[in-house]
Amino acid sequence: MHPALSVIFFTVTAGAGYGLLFLLGLLRLLGLAPDISPDQLVAMGLIGLLLVTAGLLSSTLHLANPKNAWRAFTRFRTSWLSREAVFAVAFYPVALLWLACEWFTGNTAATVFFGILMALLAVVVLICTGMIYATLKTIRQWHTALTPVNFVLLGLFPGTLILSVMLAQQGLMFEPMARLVLVLLVIAALVKVIYFYWIGQPAGPTINTALGFTRATVRLLDVGHASDTFHNKEFGYQVDRIRIIWLRGVSIVLAFVLPLLLIGGLLGEVGFGMLLLAVISAYAGVFVERWLFFAEARHVVNLYHGMQRT
Amino acid sequence: MKLGLVIDLDTCVGCHACAVACKQWNTSGTTGPLSDYDAYGKEPSGVWFNRVRHYEVDDFPNSKTINTPMSCMHCEDAACVTVCPTGASYKREEDGIVLVDQSKCMGCNLCAWACPYGARELDEEDGVMKKCTLCVDRIHDKNLPEAERQPACVMTCPSNARHFGDFDDPESNVSTLVRERGGYSMMPELGYEPTNKYLPPRQRPAAPTVERKAATSGESLIGKWMKRQKDAFNNLGKGAR
Repeated sequence: MHPALSVIFFTVTAGAGYGLLFLLGLLRLLGLAPDISPDQLVAMGLIGLLLVTAGLLSSTLHLANPKNAWRAFTRFRTSWLSREAVFAVAFYPVALLWLACEWFTGNTAATVFFGILMALLAVVVLICTGMIYATLKTIRQWHTALTPVNFVLLGLFPGTLILSVMLAQQGLMFEPMARLVLVLLVIAALVKVIYFYWIGQPAGPTINTALGFTRATVRLLDVGHASDTFHNKEFGYQVDRIRIIWLRGVSIVLAFVLPLLLIGGLLGEVGFGMLLLAVISAYAGVFVERWLFFAEARHVVNLYHGMQRT
Repeated sequence: MKLGLVIDLDTCVGCHACAVACKQWNTSGTTGPLSDYDAYGKEPSGVWFNRVRHYEVDDFPNSKTINTPMSCMHCEDAACVTVCPTGASYKREEDGIVLVDQSKCMGCNLCAWACPYGARELDEEDGVMKKCTLCVDRIHDKNLPEAERQPACVMTCPSNARHFGDFDDPESNVSTLVRERGGYSMMPELGYEPTNKYLPPRQRPAAPTVERKAATSGESLIGKWMKRQKDAFNNLGKGAR
């Protein structure tokens, strides 16, 4: 699949924003930063909303006809993209109510309630994003339960890391938070590695089932068009095997290994500088991971263009 | 009613006439234009509802060329409709035709991602998705003579490889053809239940070729020649008597 930068930026940035707001909404409940003041919390919340908004605006850039984007709220019953749009927009009033409660009343029952509701919505949006891809039977690399799990974890992990940086900068970073970041890092890394092995197994339609000639070899003689078509440009994107393996390594090292080295040895005494480096590295790593998510996906239309299997 | 096409892979000669007729009718029809980019330049491309591809099945000397025209299959379980967030993609209840309401489409491409058959193409100039309409503006047009109420691709096919009809009627031309000739669906394992069916090539005795004759006699050409020489040698002197 053609990796569209607007969609990669959207899923990575908004994902991290939702991850950040998820934990922020539960921060008081979990008691991870007991000394945090309402204005600190509100400032961090606004940064989270900024990430989410930047991502959502970027997502409209890949639309060929954005003036009809408002219609995307109308098919909630069947379309995961519509569900994502509805929940992403429903997220704002809840997040703003939570911010208002925090700002005006501090830590009250209403704050906790809206905090939990916001955290819930943040995860639901991440699941919806993942499900848009996971429901496509035409792309076996996406049609797996690992896809939404990946989207959730790779939102939560960088989001939590960004929150840690802000807490460290305010002198509020304590060991339980560092432990949480490490746990999320390890789980996210594990699921991503499982995903890479999972999609390595050949499965699904072949050129034979695509054409209905299952008892003999089938070869493409002539694709029928002289220059690029919509399908070539959208689905024909291919990266060679060596580069993919190399980039997988880069994404794993940047997203997980480097942050682990930067913060893993510092349990109990986590520095702001190290955490900032870890955030930059993790963001770059998840960006490469998302690029690969698209670049490695092979649509079944390619079978009609001569690919033997996807 | 369940309208659709039957395409005969036995008689299709791969001339692309259906694709051209489709482009001609639809670019000037209710769903048009089917935009072209760089039409007279070095890399001409554009929107087509119907594309013909050519394959070789099996290995020489048993190989056969197969021409496959492909357009929207008007699936019974159309994923392109399910994933559409705007409601622009829809399947008509009365005849099963899958259409795009261009005034609602936001051009997100998700329906094209969901379609395994490459039936949907984004018109980069209009910014909306376009696809085969089964010539919905022909087949129901009471102003046309009844024989012409057929999709443009079916009307134009010079080898009569395309058939249009109602699959819900067991006695219709398409249902009969599918029943008698073993019509099948492409990529059925994805479960979208495509309405359009393809008729497999008929089994015919293989056309004689020099290589095949040698192959069927169980000997190579060289082996045969050697045998002839050996016989001639053994018979030396015998014939003279």
